[in-house]
Amino acid sequence: MTEEIIIAGFGGQGVLSMGKILAYSGVMQNKEVSWMPSYGPEMRGGTANVTVIVSDERISSPVVNSFDTAIILNQQSMDKFEGNVKPGGLLVYDGNGITKHPTRKDINIYRVDANDEASKRGMLKVFNMIILGGFLKLKPIVAPEFIHKGLEKSLPKRHHGLIPDNEKAIDIGKEIIYPVNLLN
Amino acid sequence: MKELRLMKGNEAIAEAAIRCGADGYFGYPITPQSEVLEYLMAERPYEKTGMVVLQAESEVAAINMVYGGAACGKKVLTSSSSPGISLKQEGISYIAGAELPCVIVNVVRGGPGLGTIQPSQSDYFQAVKGGGHGDYRLIVLAPASVQEMADFVKLGFDLAFKYRNPAMILTDGVIGQMMEKVELFESQPRLTKEEILKQTPWATVGKTPDRERNIVTSLILDSAIQEQHVNKLRDKYIEIEKNEVRYEKIQCDDAEYLFVAFGSSARICQKAVDMGRAKGIKVGLLRPITLFPFPKQVLFELADQVKGILDVEMNLGQMVEDVRLAVNGKVKVEHYGRYGGMIPSPDEVLLALENQIIGGK
Repeated sequence: MTEEIIIAGFGGQGVLSMGKILAYSGVMQNKEVSWMPSYGPEMRGGTANVTVIVSDERISSPVVNSFDTAIILNQQSMDKFEGNVKPGGLLVYDGNGITKHPTRKDINIYRVDANDEASKRGMLKVFNMIILGGFLKLKPIVAPEFIHKGLEKSLPKRHHGLIPDNEKAIDIGKEIIYPVNLLN
Repeated sequence: MKELRLMKGNEAIAEAAIRCGADGYFGYPITPQSEVLEYLMAERPYEKTGMVVLQAESEVAAINMVYGGAACGKKVLTSSSSPGISLKQEGISYIAGAELPCVIVNVVRGGPGLGTIQPSQSDYFQAVKGGGHGDYRLIVLAPASVQEMADFVKLGFDLAFKYRNPAMILTDGVIGQMMEKVELFESQPRLTKEEILKQTPWATVGKTPDRERNIVTSLILDSAIQEQHVNKLRDKYIEIEKNEVRYEKIQCDDAEYLFVAFGSSARICQKAVDMGRAKGIKVGLLRPITLFPFPKQVLFELADQVKGILDVEMNLGQMVEDVRLAVNGKVKVEHYGRYGGMIPSPDEVLLALENQIIGGK
């Protein structure tokens, strides 16, 4: 199994930390991982993206330009990465702020309105985990107990009190994700 | 005990420095390597091992602190990125002239000038061919993973002390900023004063009655003596070329075509090798690990086996000159590069092999 994922959105949406939690969880499950951010003079409100690869084998290139999965959190990232999903691959997106919805017919497309759900429930801090939950429902590349360990590893100790909220958000994501385009 | 962690390449450099018993780090922040200093400041090794961590007032100050520390037999390092490394060149030349061991890390960004903060490999010439003035060589190590970022700090110090020569780790923003699993080697203590005296009897640690004073300098005004000194340096570089060549051969045994790439480009080429093989193209990869000494001999031999070589670098074509010298006209060598902070994709590199080498355009 090798899963090449791009997570992309605005800085401050938790794009990098979502990738980090996924990568840490992979390590906990004894998988090979790489986490490659697009670093730059970026800050809250700018664009941010990270390529995460989780694999059972040694990872050759941490840099790839086509992805098994794209997790998209804003319009700019949709414009940039929709075309880079491998045919037959997966696109997961949050509909909030998306004006031009994805149109590809050769990939599976799912929507998870994490932003709306998080606002409703007052869980904006763990909005990114709702998205991650949706993705993990479709591709359970790491098991829930390792996600727990990944959260423990990637969150500083002082934030460990937030782990239950994070896990709850993952469960919510699994519930509210729905398909937009499905391959036969 | 070995310890497994998920770390950024820059953090691995810092952690490895603490673990290998470094006495001091002197640096000045610059993207994309600021995590080295940040990590050290957060870890506070000065409270645990006594290692000094100092943010100098400038790059020039930092390299001269390294010069001073190394002259005292201390295990010292600095890190920076391209424009900062340019500022350090005078000091690096002095350190090489005075034959002092140290580790210098260059997390390369695109240039010339202030350039960009995105990754690049455009400092190959500077690292391998000199950089500062005078006839000198650095031992240059090119890590291709976060694991090697950690391991090469230790290796760099070992080689630096073995040959009394500065060692450079030449890496870039890809390896510096990415996170991977890394197995950390066991911590070793800093050397005691007695151990330093034994390891580096030339160090300026205070004269004792039983010997003449030690002098560390790169100033030799008598030309005849300066020539002797340069001859001594030359002999040392020949010795390094004889003993310390390191490289990795990936799927070379039956290869008809060859990529040559170092650092992050080598990772990208590794994937291109897999993709090429899946298409039935017998392609391999030679990854130089030491850029000086350069793995000339293995390339010379591979040139008899393969039909063509594509050198892939994130620059306009620098290492390709050394590849061509090594191959000595036996086979076609072409360069494919992206630069200015752009990173080639594996598909693009494979396409370049097909167009420039296999297609024979």
